[in-house]
Amino acid sequence: MDIEERRNLQIMACKVRLGILEAVYNAKSGHPGGSLSVADIITYLYFNQMKVDPENPKWEERDRLVLSKGHVAPALYSVLAHKGFFEVELLKSLRKVDSILQGHPSMHLTPGVDMSTGSLGQGLSVAAGMALAAKLKGASYKTYAILGDGEIQEGQIWEAAMFAGAKGLDSLIAVLDNNDLQIDGSLEEVNSPYPIAEKFVAFGWHLIEIDAHDFDQIDSAFKAAANNTDKPTLILAKSVKGKGVSFMEDNYKWHGTAPNAEQYEQAVAEVRDVLSSLEVENE
Amino acid sequence: MSNLVKIATRDAYGQALVELGKTNKNLIVLDADLSAATKTGMFKEAFPERFFNVGIAECNMMCIAAGLATSGHTVFASSFAMFAAGRAFEQVRNSIGYPHLNVKIGATHAGVSVGEDGASHQCCEDIALMRTIPGMVILNPADDVEARAAVFAAAKHEGPVYLRFGRLAVERINDENYEFEIGKAVTLKEGKDVTLIATGLMVGRTLEAAKLLENEGINAKVINMHTIKPLDKEAVLNAVKETGAIVTAEEHSVIGGLGSAVAEFATQEAPAPVLKVGVEDVFGRSGPGADLLDLFGLNAENIVDKAKKAIDLKG
Repeated sequence: MDIEERRNLQIMACKVRLGILEAVYNAKSGHPGGSLSVADIITYLYFNQMKVDPENPKWEERDRLVLSKGHVAPALYSVLAHKGFFEVELLKSLRKVDSILQGHPSMHLTPGVDMSTGSLGQGLSVAAGMALAAKLKGASYKTYAILGDGEIQEGQIWEAAMFAGAKGLDSLIAVLDNNDLQIDGSLEEVNSPYPIAEKFVAFGWHLIEIDAHDFDQIDSAFKAAANNTDKPTLILAKSVKGKGVSFMEDNYKWHGTAPNAEQYEQAVAEVRDVLSSLEVENE
Repeated sequence: MSNLVKIATRDAYGQALVELGKTNKNLIVLDADLSAATKTGMFKEAFPERFFNVGIAECNMMCIAAGLATSGHTVFASSFAMFAAGRAFEQVRNSIGYPHLNVKIGATHAGVSVGEDGASHQCCEDIALMRTIPGMVILNPADDVEARAAVFAAAKHEGPVYLRFGRLAVERINDENYEFEIGKAVTLKEGKDVTLIATGLMVGRTLEAAKLLENEGINAKVINMHTIKPLDKEAVLNAVKETGAIVTAEEHSVIGGLGSAVAEFATQEAPAPVLKVGVEDVFGRSGPGADLLDLFGLNAENIVDKAKKAIDLKG
């Protein structure tokens, strides 16, 4: 990836983060921590990797994304809005009674959402079904599933991992947003799912480990995954919960809490600072 | 009407899938390691490339079915009723019902007539569970002819359908000209004193009950309510108008099934006594299926008793 390409992604990721903050702040509820930890990867996917058409969200040949950790909907909505699936202005309507932006993704209400999710543990199975459909049709599209690291405590994840491995669903690429924190605390404190990498390898998956906030690593991981032809791929992405907002970083208390006015202003100022310096570099 | 043929609805299900698979190339069948029992094994034989065994993982199966459905496939996902509606309830609710996907749940071995396997496998709660999911269609065929027709109708219907089949061979009630329409109840016998509304395997036993009542000078109307949801409200309304009393009969808990659906509607739109024949809030047990039906009062004699009580209650 060249410098300009990387910088453009970094700039877009800042805008996506501002969208997340605006949405959650206006909703007065939602999940900023995990949305910020996965923001870079979802930004990369929609702006650099996935075949999608905002004018034709149901395009049959499109790549699919299942947000299995559906509570980070603000990240997906912000990316979809910036990609042109709907107005960025709508982000403010998150969780409001007349909004198309539900608390957790709804495939029929929001253009660009490929599957309704929210109940943890189900999305990897759905993505496996989509990948199976691609295989049956000989279609070339990829299916991406975004998993949380706490989410893999759900047994169904391993049912899906077993199925995808056993059936060699090579067009299935799962991303595990490994920010190490869940609602009640750290993964280790609650119920450790580690070692994660070895488990997926044992289930017949390719494994790629990356830093979730390094676009060069993200880029090479997804390019490598796209070329895999025998097995599904897990991208184990080490991330920082709340990434980009100093007081939210690595703090599980920001899993599902909206910032107050003062906190929102500070958060926005921090992200804007980064954005401005990137834009200066770009000139 | 012929009493010569006795076939389990699950057999008709397997055969219908094969028949349907010949013309509907988009059809995919999933099973969770019970294909010999659910009879999806017939489809596997005929179309191995469109059959997938997910292993003993019903929750996974329902969500894989959902993923396939988003890509334009019509998917039949099969297991025993206990696991399809019970174990995987939340997957059916959130990944199939909420997004209203084109998944057909073929649930076999419903009710106590499962027999010797006992209570753990005798699901009498599935209709109640499925009824609570908005947009879910629930079909409970009475014989093999209706089971075949229900499979074809489900495949044509856009959206989720729960199909309930039994293990036990049941007498054929319908002839080859039988026409099935989702949500349209079938009147099997006219009557003026009481209406017997039955579903599934209890339809045959209800016809028997009507004969017994006739011998005692009681003229019962008999309705086959093959679709529990959407309920044929007009049929219930007319039944109340014509007879003023209702008895429901189902191989399911008296909580939440056909009887509840009819009573819920009747109390609001057409008040009349509604008495239920069903499993009385108890677990099943091991034994031959036919014996268990009698043990739990799922027989003509109990329907006759309830019919007389319902007539008394008319006042």
